[in-house]
Amino acid sequence: MTAAVPTGNTLSPRPRRAFLTPARLGIYAFLVSAALCFLLPLYVMGITSIKPMTEIRAGNIFALPLAVTFAPWAQAWSSACTGLECNGISVGFWNSVRILIPSLALSILLGSINGYALAYWRVKWADSFFAILMLGAFIPYPVMLYPLVRMFAMVNLFQSIPNIVLIHTFFGMPIMTLLFRNYYGGLPIELFKAARIDGGGFWRIYFQLMLPMSLPIFVVALILQTTGIWNDFLLGLIFAGRDNYPMTVQLNNIINSTQGEKVYNVNMAATLLTSLVPLGVYFVSGRWFVRGIAAGAVKG
Amino acid sequence: MSSVSIRSLDVAIGKVRIIEKLDLDIEEGEFVVLLGPSGCGKSTLLHSIAGLLDVSEGRIEIAGTDVTWSDPKDRGIGMVFQSYALYPTMSVERNLSFGLRISGTPRNEIKARVDNAARMLQLTELLHRKPAQLSGGQRQRVAIGRALVRQAKVFLLDEPLSNLDAKLRSELRRELKQLHHELGATMIHVTHDQIEALTLATRIAVMRAGEIQQFDTPDNVYARPNNMFVAGFLGSPSMNFVRGTLQPDGARVQFESAALRVDVSDYPFANRPAEARQAVLGVRPEHLRCVGPDLPHNAQATLGLIEPMGSTKIAWLNAQGTTLAMQVEPMAALTTGAAVSLALDTRHVSLFDATSERRL
Amino acid sequence: MGATVLVAFVASILWTLRISLSNSKMLPRNDWAGLDQYARLFGSDRWLTALINVGLFGLFFIAGAIVLGFLLAVFIDQKVRFEGVFRTIYLYSFSMSFVACGVIWQWMFNPTLGIQRSLHSWGWDNARFDWIATQDMAIYCIVICVLWHSAGLVMAILLAGLRGIDDELWRAARIEGIPRWRYYLSIVLPQLGPSLGTAVVLLAVSVVKLYDAVVAMTNGGPGDATDVPTKFIIDNLFERQNIGLASAASATMLVTVVIIVAPMLYARSRANAAAGRK
Repeated sequence: MTAAVPTGNTLSPRPRRAFLTPARLGIYAFLVSAALCFLLPLYVMGITSIKPMTEIRAGNIFALPLAVTFAPWAQAWSSACTGLECNGISVGFWNSVRILIPSLALSILLGSINGYALAYWRVKWADSFFAILMLGAFIPYPVMLYPLVRMFAMVNLFQSIPNIVLIHTFFGMPIMTLLFRNYYGGLPIELFKAARIDGGGFWRIYFQLMLPMSLPIFVVALILQTTGIWNDFLLGLIFAGRDNYPMTVQLNNIINSTQGEKVYNVNMAATLLTSLVPLGVYFVSGRWFVRGIAAGAVKG
Repeated sequence: MSSVSIRSLDVAIGKVRIIEKLDLDIEEGEFVVLLGPSGCGKSTLLHSIAGLLDVSEGRIEIAGTDVTWSDPKDRGIGMVFQSYALYPTMSVERNLSFGLRISGTPRNEIKARVDNAARMLQLTELLHRKPAQLSGGQRQRVAIGRALVRQAKVFLLDEPLSNLDAKLRSELRRELKQLHHELGATMIHVTHDQIEALTLATRIAVMRAGEIQQFDTPDNVYARPNNMFVAGFLGSPSMNFVRGTLQPDGARVQFESAALRVDVSDYPFANRPAEARQAVLGVRPEHLRCVGPDLPHNAQATLGLIEPMGSTKIAWLNAQGTTLAMQVEPMAALTTGAAVSLALDTRHVSLFDATSERRL
Repeated sequence: MGATVLVAFVASILWTLRISLSNSKMLPRNDWAGLDQYARLFGSDRWLTALINVGLFGLFFIAGAIVLGFLLAVFIDQKVRFEGVFRTIYLYSFSMSFVACGVIWQWMFNPTLGIQRSLHSWGWDNARFDWIATQDMAIYCIVICVLWHSAGLVMAILLAGLRGIDDELWRAARIEGIPRWRYYLSIVLPQLGPSLGTAVVLLAVSVVKLYDAVVAMTNGGPGDATDVPTKFIIDNLFERQNIGLASAASATMLVTVVIIVAPMLYARSRANAAAGRK
């Protein structure tokens, strides 16, 4: 039965609800101050790189420049001293590019083939192989350094571009294999079975079925490897050879081995130049970058 | 008194108005089912009653207290969710007692309530297990137990059976009904499954696009639906609808269409039609039957598909272009393509206005 | 070719171990020195300092990164506006190289021209912020630098974990009157176990591998104050020509990493097997 309408006012008044409660305010305060902390170094880098040295010596690291100059950038690029030579960090830039591209191609391709093999072609020892490979992803470089140095010296490749490329491929194998194996493992296995029934063999299935479907994971692999290889320091220092030092090594030379007064604005410009590529990759890739981390982080 | 009273409720999510000017009165101890298709607003209504959603206008009273703007915890409600939402890292005992601990209830009181609820729901042996180690039915009981220990006046259930397979669903349905008998609590249950509604409810509120189409006992909603939507929503297979005209003829009224002719003079019209008008006749499959060709019949049809259902068979007939479903005995001898004569049980037909779809 | 890589991995590890048990200095010698190198290693002041430094660093860095990452993830999860912008800001530092990080923070910590100078110019004449030049405090500069770099990573991992938690749990908690902070503490945090584990392991591995940032920022100084095991090994391998010692240090490092990582991998594979067996 429908009850009688309650006496008094039928509708209760809406209480005043503040839109920004103290809790909400607190959340935004925290997030904004954290954001400022994160952005601070970038800001400092930026303004230092366009200040003339007179201002830098005089003052406040946080102050905006009074006279903006882009000379430091030009200097950093073409005339800063990296050890004995003074040709700027552009040398390092091109070295890094020459190291990056073959390393990318090799490590991603090999990782993809490996991952594909592990995902679909059930071999008896595949699982233990995979486990050891995974452990390999965590092994610190120093442990394998000396033997690797000797091995490459033996074949006369030590300290050359091929050397560093092979090194990057070598150290990139565990993560790349993991990445691709997880990806291919997540695809419906019926596709693979259908291809087998149609008569496909190992390579044919790889090139005609798997590769075309791998675009998303190739993007992730590209991001991970580009960031990792471009930012590498130690391996480049040891294996690339003096003529082929990547940008990170050159940067360290510029900053830490100059005699006399340090030219801070040039240093900061050089740092920004070195970081342009990975930052660019980051800002362009957005969501893919996070996916890359998740894929790399969720090992196994 | 643990009744629920809703007046003139307006609920909007963002800019979209889901519910407008809704009224509903639920009595103490009732098991009310909010039934309707996806998007009809039933979950929104339930969540508004719970206080999880803010209303725009209106008034909600629980047990005589105005709770329209109260926090969920102050409304005297307990809620059971579709996934049961049991805290996965806590044991059953902690799941039941956690809320009480937070609110500062004294320890012996907590223990008393937990033990009592566990006894009523047969959870005493399971108190130390984690949710992952429980079966579906046990989890449902723990979810209800959480509401019990809070001494909730009203239990709100948000499609708790929808995630289960058919067999488990009917088992838990019976458990739920049994529980309602034992506890005598007021329960509001949301579902899209009309069988669930019919079996569990003391009253069903059929909803569509934010409005309650009919709020009545299962029998009434089934036998005397208010409009074509309600008529078609309940019953499986659904009611047969035939378009035609009502022809008043002195004291008698005839329903005429290409497919069938029915004398509806004894139909309980709200307003007896004075002149001819368009109408839709509704008749349920179980109220049609085959008759011999010489006996009075309402329609002629040919037999099409036959669907055996175990305890019955559904025969699909073609009557001059209109498809009709008829329920027959499982042992009936039927041949596809045969011509049959049909008779309706006129005590159980429904008539609807052709344009407004409302019951006449 | 996967097999050749694996063989190369294992071979080089074994080779290193072999050298660590020899008397190699500038060139590898095939003699047998037993555990002499290890004894020398742990008798060396510099190695012990490096261990202490990396231990301190690890402690503060991991604790700081987890707390900061957790707070960031939780706050971002509160349905804030501009969530994408905030996330982008917290994570961009992770894409920069450690060298760049070291360099920029070296500049900011510069006692004459950096933050200390700014504090003076704002009126706090006696403020001191020359940690980077102080023996005791220099390591904390490295902590701040790497924290800035990697906190975003922890945030990303934990945010993914948070998003995997059932929405209805919060609604159930609201009905029971559980306040939001308590919900995060007692209901969310326990469920974040796997994500936290992943984050800690990744952080721990980068603690062990710490090198670039140290070289760029302080080059181990002042004195030995920021020396770390990796730097010790590299220096001994290439500059000091003390291969045996370096190999012993490497082997020690390897054992440490295995001890950290193996349990997690084992637990992971157990969890995967259990899930697969369902």
